[in-house]
Amino acid sequence: MRDAAQIVLLLVVLSDLAILGTSRLSSCIRGLAAQGFLLGLLPVLIAPQLSVHAVSLALGTVIVKAVALPWFLAWAIREAAVRREIEPIVGFIASQLLGAVAVALAFAIASRLPLPGTPQPLLVPVSLATLIIGFIVLTTRRKALVQVAGYLILENGIYLFGLTQTESVPFLIELGVLLDIFVGVFIMGIVVFHINREFDSLDSTRLTELSD
Amino acid sequence: MTPDGLLALGLLGMAAPAVPGIAVKTKSLLTGRRGPPVFQLYADLAKLVRKGRVYSRTTTLVFRAGPVVALASLILAALFLPLDGREAPARFAGDMVAFAGLLALGRFALVLAAMDTGSSFEGLGASREVTIASFAEPTLFLCFMALVLAAGDLSLSGILGTPLAAAWPHAGASLSLVGVSLFVLLLAENSRVPVDDPATHLELTMIHEVIVLDHGGPDLALILYGSALKLTLFGVLVVSVLVPRAGFSGPAALALLFAGLGAVAVAVGVVESVMARVRLVRVPQLLVGAAALALVATILQLR
Repeated sequence: MRDAAQIVLLLVVLSDLAILGTSRLSSCIRGLAAQGFLLGLLPVLIAPQLSVHAVSLALGTVIVKAVALPWFLAWAIREAAVRREIEPIVGFIASQLLGAVAVALAFAIASRLPLPGTPQPLLVPVSLATLIIGFIVLTTRRKALVQVAGYLILENGIYLFGLTQTESVPFLIELGVLLDIFVGVFIMGIVVFHINREFDSLDSTRLTELSD
Repeated sequence: MTPDGLLALGLLGMAAPAVPGIAVKTKSLLTGRRGPPVFQLYADLAKLVRKGRVYSRTTTLVFRAGPVVALASLILAALFLPLDGREAPARFAGDMVAFAGLLALGRFALVLAAMDTGSSFEGLGASREVTIASFAEPTLFLCFMALVLAAGDLSLSGILGTPLAAAWPHAGASLSLVGVSLFVLLLAENSRVPVDDPATHLELTMIHEVIVLDHGGPDLALILYGSALKLTLFGVLVVSVLVPRAGFSGPAALALLFAGLGAVAVAVGVVESVMARVRLVRVPQLLVGAAALALVATILQLR
């Protein structure tokens, strides 16, 4: 189980890097869905024994992060008829290199953090790496929809960090967080949809101009 | 230097032309065609060797030396690979740098020969080949770095043998990343599909095929055999990293290696039939992605 969790965590890092390298909105969303599914596997894999708590958390995560949110983002792309390219501010090669640096940084920081024993030694560095990569996506992409994706990656990082404490966080709080994210992304999707209808573009740099 | 090691090397040299044959056959079968026989390249080589040499008057010695130097450097590089999973015919501390250097020397000779023809077309191919190589080489060194850290030895024989088998239980994740990264390198270095299409002869798209366009007869045979050998060498690297064969006796390890090479060739064929060739501007990104994988593998080792 420990090895399986380690491999899943590595795949999470790889999905981060894949999202950084992709040039298409749809593959970005597929990457997010894959990451959500991997995150859903983790509570079961790192739990010392199979509990209702872990299984229901896993199910909730898979339903929200791997099915509902990607489906909703795909719907937003289709309905808003946005162009399928991502149009980054920082190029794909540079952002992948930034991502690799972020992973190195995350491992360096995590080895210096005074943390109590965690169920999986890779959990903290991978969560930090995912956080930083989420920030990179948030800041270096122009499309509002990709920024929503960046926000989701950021949240995935926070979720991973939360997994170090699964035993002590009540189940209701976790479900509440999942619900919050769902509603948040829902609202963002609707806002994005309206931005697109009003301005014929999702380019967030153009939101600084005033127009009537 | 052991006679066993040289025998293994000889067997590898004899099997090399079948490796691209298996890849092409797999691709043909998967795309619903019959395809050329697996051993087609042997027949091609036999045909080419019997032909005469034709040299343009504008070419110099550099052009004639190109194929010979390229093949010789590949054979020298093969000496450093432990084929039976334990000991290579030649080893010294840091021989992986020599291995990478010899591969680079082979490519350098071919590129010089291409430029020697004075054809602007070949110059174009040479520039593309070198561009891709300049992205592939750092990735190769990053892979070697992760392997050195995993095995704690500085020679290819010391890494790809027993230490790697011992490292698999606690560094499996990192080593499988290195394996994937090496496989991407194999595709790029041997001009296989996501990077270059070995089947195309459309002037604007081909890379490796361009620089050998003016070679004919025995020279072309040397080049074709060299590229098959290069594919085989990278295949040996991938197989050795993914399946350390230290626990087997010599012949069993060798049989396992050849089975692994067959599997790598099939994997190349599968990749070629499910993927389209990526645009030239996206090739560096693919290789940077492979480098990122190797970097993550290295970081996992440093932890």
